[in-house]
Amino acid sequence: MSGAARPAAADPAWVRRLVIAAALALAVVIFLMPLAAVFNEALRRGIEPALAAIVEEDAQAAIWLSLLVAAIAVPVNTIGGIAAAWAVAKFDFVGKRLLITLIELPFSVSPVISGLVYVLLFGAQGFFGTWLRDHDIQIIFALPGLVLATIFVTFPFVARTLIPLMQEQGRDEEEAAATLGAGGWQIFRRVTLPNVKWALLSGVLLCNARAMGEFGAVSVVSGHIRGQTNTMPLHVEILYNEYMFVGAFAVASLLALLGVVTLIAKALLEVLAGRRMGEAA
Amino acid sequence: MTVSTLSRRTLLAGGSVLTLAGRASAQAAPTLLNVSYDPTREFYREFNTAFAAHWTGQGHPRQTINTSHGGSGRQARSVIDGLAADVVTLALAYDIDAIAERGLLGRDWQKRLPHNSAPYTSTIVFLVRRGNPKAIRDWGDLLKPGVAIITPNPKTSGGARWNYLALWAWALRQPGGSAATAEQAAAQLFRQVPVLDTGARGSTTTFVQRAQGDVLLSWENEAHLALQEFPQAGLEIVYPPLSILAEPPVAVVDQNVDRRGTRAVAEAYLNHLYTEEGQRIAAKHFYRPREAAILQANASRFPDIELVTIDAVFNGWAEAQRTHFADGGVFDRIYRPGR
Repeated sequence: MSGAARPAAADPAWVRRLVIAAALALAVVIFLMPLAAVFNEALRRGIEPALAAIVEEDAQAAIWLSLLVAAIAVPVNTIGGIAAAWAVAKFDFVGKRLLITLIELPFSVSPVISGLVYVLLFGAQGFFGTWLRDHDIQIIFALPGLVLATIFVTFPFVARTLIPLMQEQGRDEEEAAATLGAGGWQIFRRVTLPNVKWALLSGVLLCNARAMGEFGAVSVVSGHIRGQTNTMPLHVEILYNEYMFVGAFAVASLLALLGVVTLIAKALLEVLAGRRMGEAA
Repeated sequence: MTVSTLSRRTLLAGGSVLTLAGRASAQAAPTLLNVSYDPTREFYREFNTAFAAHWTGQGHPRQTINTSHGGSGRQARSVIDGLAADVVTLALAYDIDAIAERGLLGRDWQKRLPHNSAPYTSTIVFLVRRGNPKAIRDWGDLLKPGVAIITPNPKTSGGARWNYLALWAWALRQPGGSAATAEQAAAQLFRQVPVLDTGARGSTTTFVQRAQGDVLLSWENEAHLALQEFPQAGLEIVYPPLSILAEPPVAVVDQNVDRRGTRAVAEAYLNHLYTEEGQRIAAKHFYRPREAAILQANASRFPDIELVTIDAVFNGWAEAQRTHFADGGVFDRIYRPGR
């Protein structure tokens, strides 16, 4: 908020109302209506068929698989993301711009390509294919492939939320801690991490939401084996293709619900973080 | 640079966890994986239950059977890329040939089971809106102006390749028919396709659920299933006087069963397709059974139309694939999206 910008309140009231109404209308049409339609389809025949579709054996397997994939991918990306953000924000080194570009790569590449890359590397005809087969290791069309594809697609979330904040905060506090004799790990734990914890949590939540919802990349490496390599989004597709629309939309509703809960948690975090900062000031 | 070593170590640690998980899943109790094409979902669900009961009835331990479905060409590609299929049950022989070319099973696979390793057959029919408002009765009627046709993409879908070849066979039969006139007919047909899905099931959903197009070129079994699933949708099946004999073949994937120790159960699984029970379930799901008695008993569901074979008209799948569907083939020449 620089002083040169004209405050929004200076615009005529009708302009403000029009802009707000347009934004709200867009949000309703693009986000709320489809979401409502998903829940509506799921409950078309009442709550019982919808619940039955969720407790069904293959659906349970898909839900657990999605949770397992997220439980591996999110911690890996949290650690990797913090490390990358720390490096970019606090140090100068050759290849820094390259690292930033690489971090953003998964955002600019289609998820389908991310999946195909792993098929090319670890598929039976791929670069490591023969070696993997000789050692009886299955990467793609199994859990490891799903995890790798998910890590690739969701890597930027933590790093991208941390980098701007850490850059803005600068290195003064770290340097002060260093002159007072703190070691690297101590500085990170006592100074850097507390400064970014709210942003970190919100990045982790976004990363988790995407990890559970990812479709394109995992579709390529999944093999679509029911009860084994089907994640929740893939299970939705299978049910839809089998004319089981209530089931498909019930599982989709659960997925949407997980996303909504994540967003609410993120909003709460932001409120909390704002309050803490207010106290500090 | 400390960071790059740190994240590399993280990756390595993560990698070894993943490797352990991969090994663990490879060593779990031997399941049977059937990699199949799109419209067989309902058929194999029932058949798997029947076979599992038969198998335990013979004194074997309980057998878990997994299935994977998708466009036939795409499924073959997954098996080539390492999807550990014990058996493949695909839409056409060429897709299994492609797997055999990579050495995953013997090139003579089609001679190992009766009837060219195709335990059931099917054909291509038309699904139209009730009352057949565009009066579509034969292949020629499809090419009339204003008829919107739904078919999947022959590049990825087995059913779509049968669709294309059936039209081609019809065009050759017309007065003055030649490869040139057939190519014109095919080009015209694909000019009238508004949506080209990757698999048969996608096309059915496009036609039935999203109400796109006037006619769906469909597997016979897929068309009957759509009537059964959507009695309110107002659909009818039209049998053209001439269509193609589709032989969806099945095979054991030698390299996978030998590595996983599942050959016995995989072979028993495919053989069971030829038994009375297997043939009955196939007929129930609108696949034409090979067993004459069961075909006879279901004669009313399988109208007797003239069916040409791919060997007679196209000299087999290898040549049909090379001429029509390979990169730079006839299909690439006639299909130019957006033109």
